[in-house]
Amino acid sequence: MSTASMSVPSGSARGASAPVLEVQDLRVQFRTGSGLVNAVNGVSYTVSEGETVAILGESGSGKSVSAQAIMGILDMPPAEITSGRIMFEGRDLLTASAEEQRKVRGPGISMIFQDALSSLNPVYSVGFQIGEMFRAHRGTSRKDAKKLAIELMDRVRIPAAAQRVDDYPHQFSGGMRQRVMIAMAIALDPRILIADEPTTALDVTVQAQVMDLLKDLQRDTGMGLVLITHDLGVVNEVADNVAVMYAGRIVERGTVDDVFGNPAHPYTEGLMASIPMLEAKGGRLQPIGGQPPNLSSIPSGCPFHPRCPKRRLGADAPPGRHCAEDVPPLRLVVPGREAACHYSEEVLGV
Amino acid sequence: MSDQQQADLRKDEVEAGTTTGLASPSVDPASDRQNSLWSDAWKQLRRNVLFWIGAVLGLLFLLMALFPGVFSRGVDPRDCSLSRSGQAPSSEHWFGFDQQGCDYLANVVHGARNSLIIGLLAVVVILLMGVVVGALSGFFGGWIDSLLSRVADIFYALPLILGALVVLRSGFLGRGVVAVAIALAAFGWMTAMRLVRSQVIAVKSSDYVAAARAMGASNGRILVRHILPNAVAPVLVYATITIGVLIAAEATLTFLGVGLQRPAISWGLQIDAGQRLLRIAPHLVLFPSLILTMTVMAFVMMGDALRDALDPRQRS
Amino acid sequence: MGRYVARRLLLTIPVLLGASFLIFAMVYALPGDPIRALGGDRPLAPAVVAQLRQEFNLNDPLGIQYLKYLGDLAQGDLGTDFRGRPVLDTIAQRLPVTIKLTVVAILIEAIIGIVAGVLAGIRRNSFFDNVVLVSTTLVVSIPILVLAFIAQFVFGLKLGLFPISGVQEGWYSFLLPGLVLASGSLAYVARLTRTSVAENMRADYVRTARAKGLPNRTVVVRHTLRNSLIPVVTFVGADIGTLLGGAIVTESVFNLPGIGRAIFDAVRAQEGAVVVGIVTLMVFFFIFFNLVVDVLYAVLDPRIRYE
Repeated sequence: MSTASMSVPSGSARGASAPVLEVQDLRVQFRTGSGLVNAVNGVSYTVSEGETVAILGESGSGKSVSAQAIMGILDMPPAEITSGRIMFEGRDLLTASAEEQRKVRGPGISMIFQDALSSLNPVYSVGFQIGEMFRAHRGTSRKDAKKLAIELMDRVRIPAAAQRVDDYPHQFSGGMRQRVMIAMAIALDPRILIADEPTTALDVTVQAQVMDLLKDLQRDTGMGLVLITHDLGVVNEVADNVAVMYAGRIVERGTVDDVFGNPAHPYTEGLMASIPMLEAKGGRLQPIGGQPPNLSSIPSGCPFHPRCPKRRLGADAPPGRHCAEDVPPLRLVVPGREAACHYSEEVLGV
Repeated sequence: MSDQQQADLRKDEVEAGTTTGLASPSVDPASDRQNSLWSDAWKQLRRNVLFWIGAVLGLLFLLMALFPGVFSRGVDPRDCSLSRSGQAPSSEHWFGFDQQGCDYLANVVHGARNSLIIGLLAVVVILLMGVVVGALSGFFGGWIDSLLSRVADIFYALPLILGALVVLRSGFLGRGVVAVAIALAAFGWMTAMRLVRSQVIAVKSSDYVAAARAMGASNGRILVRHILPNAVAPVLVYATITIGVLIAAEATLTFLGVGLQRPAISWGLQIDAGQRLLRIAPHLVLFPSLILTMTVMAFVMMGDALRDALDPRQRS
Repeated sequence: MGRYVARRLLLTIPVLLGASFLIFAMVYALPGDPIRALGGDRPLAPAVVAQLRQEFNLNDPLGIQYLKYLGDLAQGDLGTDFRGRPVLDTIAQRLPVTIKLTVVAILIEAIIGIVAGVLAGIRRNSFFDNVVLVSTTLVVSIPILVLAFIAQFVFGLKLGLFPISGVQEGWYSFLLPGLVLASGSLAYVARLTRTSVAENMRADYVRTARAKGLPNRTVVVRHTLRNSLIPVVTFVGADIGTLLGGAIVTESVFNLPGIGRAIFDAVRAQEGAVVVGIVTLMVFFFIFFNLVVDVLYAVLDPRIRYE
């Protein structure tokens, strides 16, 4: 159990202070040659100052797309935000002008990506790319921007920053490159940092260093952190609250301890059973059967039902709780816990 | 997975509109991947208007080369009468007459066969050379690769038309259809070689080739069974476009006076003869140029469409 | 960087020697007697033939002939044609025409090609993109020979806008042949730019640039175009080398007294020394500009520089 998650009042999926970022009923579609893809289907969550919210899900669950929608960097078309609000400091970013949105990116919300090598421009030095933040948003001179870039590189613990500031991305190791990305993202002291699979491409030991760095930076600056990942271990270590996504929906939400300790959704339960636990040696790992859903034709009713071991179909199901027909709403199951399953109480065992 | 679960899964997959292969017996991944490449490509091609335009033009050209009599409306291209010299097109004689007073439509139509033979023959020689030299180079690497790549560089430094011009002018190949095709192939094989070479190098280091090697497959078997099939797609695209390029090159060489000679019928000869009369009888340059252009366009369009269809990066 | 250039330079020497030997061998070793051809219909006296053969080293084995040629070349002597005129004089007289033609063609292909390609690539699948796609397919498909006649007939004879033959003072008479010569490369540049821009627009680092809140202009110019134009610039650079070698067809059809026309005449007249001399020069241009492009590539793309 991490100390971070204990500091958050239990029983609340939302932080104590007023949220900085509030996503409400976000829906995103992609129009492709082979039909509509429903990538995000009504996602809501909030992030408060100093809070770490983990968005957990398989690839294709809509976690990255929702983050890009918040950043306003989805390619539209083919993407289209069909509904929802993204409230940042009391303003809806979706109705803001493109210029206003641009000004939020960087000083307000910033983002780091999974693959730092491809996410950094290969033809500019890292110092130039970090310094660009100051030049674009604050009109800093090229010379001063370089000085600030060196300071930032120091801050993200890149050794010999002053010598490496003119090096190019391909000259850094994977972990160092991700630090460059982080330096860029925190340059303007954003209030929210979205980290999209920040450690997936890295070695295990480097992963831990990068996560520690992110936690330390968060403690120093009080920024809210949205951690998008499929790595349960990372979530367990650093997040306060977790939202589990499946087929573009949040299927379960609560504090990390609650959700991991006793899942309220069969999908979360499946995820837990599929990872090796040090304490439970010898037990068999249980993969979740079947395949992630096809987003251009999401199964009717509960999208998880074709893979769900606890589904109730036909005569087994009480009226209104038929897994293949009735979409389960995300509802408060016990205080502080929300889940989108008709039978959460049974899953929880309460 | 129990049988029951597997049956459920299959049913769910059908309902969800996905086929993951999880519920069906496993198939050879290599041939599976190739099959889906070609079937996806064909789906893509079918929807491409430019491909169909190219295919129709290409088919017309092929028929013209095979059955020129049908297109010339039965007129003999060598039935000439000086009294009709240079007459403009009419409803009777769609393309008019050339300087010798021969029916021009018949002449232009009969030019297709030589173009086709030269284009095909040269491309076959180019592919043979490209595959053999490229496969040797890529597969063995080391000094063999260095040597063959430098040789290709040397040939690259000489433009196709210039190289063929010098060889044909020396006259030792003669001036016939085969001579022109060989001269073109001699200076046009390098791109095919580089394509095959790079494919071979890419595939050689792949996991499934390592697996085949680990199971004791011989070099020759790996090359023929695993590596060359992967090179087919880019080589096919290249070959299609190159036929068009070669047909244009033949016309150019002939126009320059080192390709085919009378009494052979060739669009290059017709353009050459016509250019002197550009002011008074422009149709003599126009018609062979038009048909030549449409022929080249047919192959370029088909090749372009094929490339788009076979290149997964182009798909959205 | 210095080592990179030195290595490239070393690699070009065998190619330069190999290509000049290839053409030398084709000119002098292939059957067909250039001396006899010189006489045309009237056979030359045997004594004259013998003297000429001696003068042009035609009695030596091929390898010796080539070495003698290289020795002369090292002293700046490219030999003479059968009428005693130094090949170097021919080149000096013809090259300015080809240089002018090359300058015009390169400017046309670079400016029009890049602008069209960028606009099409940024707005993929738009109307303009489709226009570029179709028109480049068309231009690529028209053999340069045909294109030259279309240009002569339409712009020269019918509209009377341009001279269709020969060279006049200034640059104007180079515009039409320059356009014809550039057309193929122009289409290629447009397509290359389009593909490259469209590909780079989807690159992760462009997404990063937008996530950084950079103004749209900066995202497009600094993070998309800068990267996209690397392959284009290198293609255009290499094309200079190709075009300087003379455009046989264009110069013949437009009757321009450049290198290409000279080589064509020399091949027809079987003037071995002229053919070998000009082709060697041409290969040199080709290799030189490819080398320039390699270096340029390293300057533009830091990933190459440190390999």
